[in-house]
Amino acid sequence: MNIHEYQAKEILRKNGVAVLDGRVAATPDEAEAAARELGGGLCVVKAQIHAGGRGKAGGVKLARTPQEARAHAAALLGTTLVTHQTGPEGKEVQKVFVEQGCDIDQEFYLGMVIDRATARVTMMASSEGGVEIEEVAERSPEKILRATIDPAVGFGAFQGRQLAYGLGLPKDAVNKAVAFMRGLYRAFSESDASMAEINPLVLTKSGDLLALDAKMGFDDNALFRHADIREMRDVTEENEKEVAASKFDLNYIALDGNIGCMVNGAGLAMATMDIIKHYGAEPANFLDVGGGATTEKVTEAFKIILSDEKVKGVLVNIFGGIMRCDVVANGVVEAARQVNLSVPLVVRLEGTNVELGKTILAESGLAIIPADDLADGAKKIVEAIGA
Amino acid sequence: MSILVNTDTKVLTQGITGSTGQLHTRGCRDYGTRMVAGVTPGRGGTDFEGIPIFNTVAAAVAETGANASVIYVPPPFAADAIMEAVDAEVALVICITEGIPVLDMVRVKRYLAGKKSRLIGPNCPGVITPGECKIGIMPGYIHTPGAIGVVSRSGTLTYEAVHQLTQLGIGQSSCVGIGGDPVNGTGFIDVLRLFQDDPQTEGVVLIGEIGGSAEEEAAAFIKEHMTKPVAAFIAGQTAPKGKRMGHAGAIIAGGKGTAAEKVQAFRDAGVAIISSPAEMGKTMAAAMG
Repeated sequence: MNIHEYQAKEILRKNGVAVLDGRVAATPDEAEAAARELGGGLCVVKAQIHAGGRGKAGGVKLARTPQEARAHAAALLGTTLVTHQTGPEGKEVQKVFVEQGCDIDQEFYLGMVIDRATARVTMMASSEGGVEIEEVAERSPEKILRATIDPAVGFGAFQGRQLAYGLGLPKDAVNKAVAFMRGLYRAFSESDASMAEINPLVLTKSGDLLALDAKMGFDDNALFRHADIREMRDVTEENEKEVAASKFDLNYIALDGNIGCMVNGAGLAMATMDIIKHYGAEPANFLDVGGGATTEKVTEAFKIILSDEKVKGVLVNIFGGIMRCDVVANGVVEAARQVNLSVPLVVRLEGTNVELGKTILAESGLAIIPADDLADGAKKIVEAIGA
Repeated sequence: MSILVNTDTKVLTQGITGSTGQLHTRGCRDYGTRMVAGVTPGRGGTDFEGIPIFNTVAAAVAETGANASVIYVPPPFAADAIMEAVDAEVALVICITEGIPVLDMVRVKRYLAGKKSRLIGPNCPGVITPGECKIGIMPGYIHTPGAIGVVSRSGTLTYEAVHQLTQLGIGQSSCVGIGGDPVNGTGFIDVLRLFQDDPQTEGVVLIGEIGGSAEEEAAAFIKEHMTKPVAAFIAGQTAPKGKRMGHAGAIIAGGKGTAAEKVQAFRDAGVAIISSPAEMGKTMAAAMG
């Protein structure tokens, strides 16, 4: 789960990470009031969307007066911002963050991820502030400094000093950097984050270190123990169908093709997409119905797949295993009736009670095309849509 | 011979009184696995269909000599359950649970360092040596004893591979699901090493997926150390970037972890590439010559 910049900064502030004072605003009035509360001087009005590259896309504006802040907010709110991370459809700006201005001397990068190779949290720092870290990794990997954090002891002050001196920070800023980094690690570990990025981290002309931008993402599996973070979820930033699917514990991801897929298990679901491609067509989605596919879940899955107008046919691929094929077959028949299925449907069943399952499909009176195996299923659905 | 589990393996179930624990404990016992104990705190002294239940793993091990544990405990409590089994020095700990917070697994992984246990999973189907011992949720009947080892990050896709092998009359030595999470106990390399050293295993099917670099590391190991033929499939060739494909670990992040990179690494290591998931069995058969 991702959150907005203003929410990430709230979490950082609570953990002692230095951020500028700011207010979130959903209307031009609120933006003007926010600018006044911040002292009425120089401030920055920033579009709040879940995507980077806002500055270049015109989503960050400097305001010298509260009236100017109001005008910028009026111009940004309700518009669709297209950045290199939003895709061509862009994202609608529903809120702006009005933040104090500051005098920037130098910009740096600071980020945290869970490094799979070491199975530990890693902090990364770079003197290339304001640039995407992937770009730096590509172009000049030696400029990325890393500290691998032992979960038993946490982030050591010595690690902070190594990074701070490595970045070439002035002497007076080193201890501030250590405190900043320790706060960032605390924010990360105590909120079960999966990534955090301060880009840029700025050194001001008065010698302070501040998080000018902040981005945080969280481990969905840990949200059960973070009610405060669950409340920060903004579903308008997420794909509508993916949100609907998650309510039924279905794992759905929209893709660009025209063959809808319904599969049990993530690996098999990916493999099913791959084999559709192998036979010359494109999958319309990834959908894992999980281990215990009930009639209700299968029906909801069908509804979500078919709500995508691009879908010209559906391939169901279930490797029953423990799950009985007759139960799955009943679910598919029931679902196909309920949604008035009007596109070709190919069903491949394998596992316990497979013959009974096939009989149920055959006797349903519905135009379900049975398939014997994975390849047969993919060939038949590709043929059926005439691709 | 086989790897990890055989007829000498004595298994305890952590979370034996939950519905999943009950279902699969029964399934494994019916397959012939020696299910010797169960653990559910507060239920010690009772039994599940004749299998004695203990309050702690330590007590279960002391009483029954269990040398393997399988965990079906719900995600919020699973990391603690793993550490309890490790603390009791259970040699093989298999965690089936899906959805454990990744920072919990970072702590578990740290806890495992220097300990005597091997962890398989989490978020995996388990381990089976066909005809001898099944620990986990995989359907036993699709397997047949033989000489091919299977190692995979996925569950149902592993069943697909095993099913194809069995249909072709090719049996399996052992099948190991290492799980789909970004931080797990045992990786591809550990399992490949076991297969390489196992006299019964003559070839290996490896099933990877997008995300991380475990497949690239496995490819390097194969190139350097494996003399037995390996066939590999990578799921997610059509997966978009930046989207988590069901498994917590299946994500192409920062342009890294694509199927194309992994396939290339395996090709460079002389591994037989399985281009269609319908040809996992056939490709392995061809690689065996």
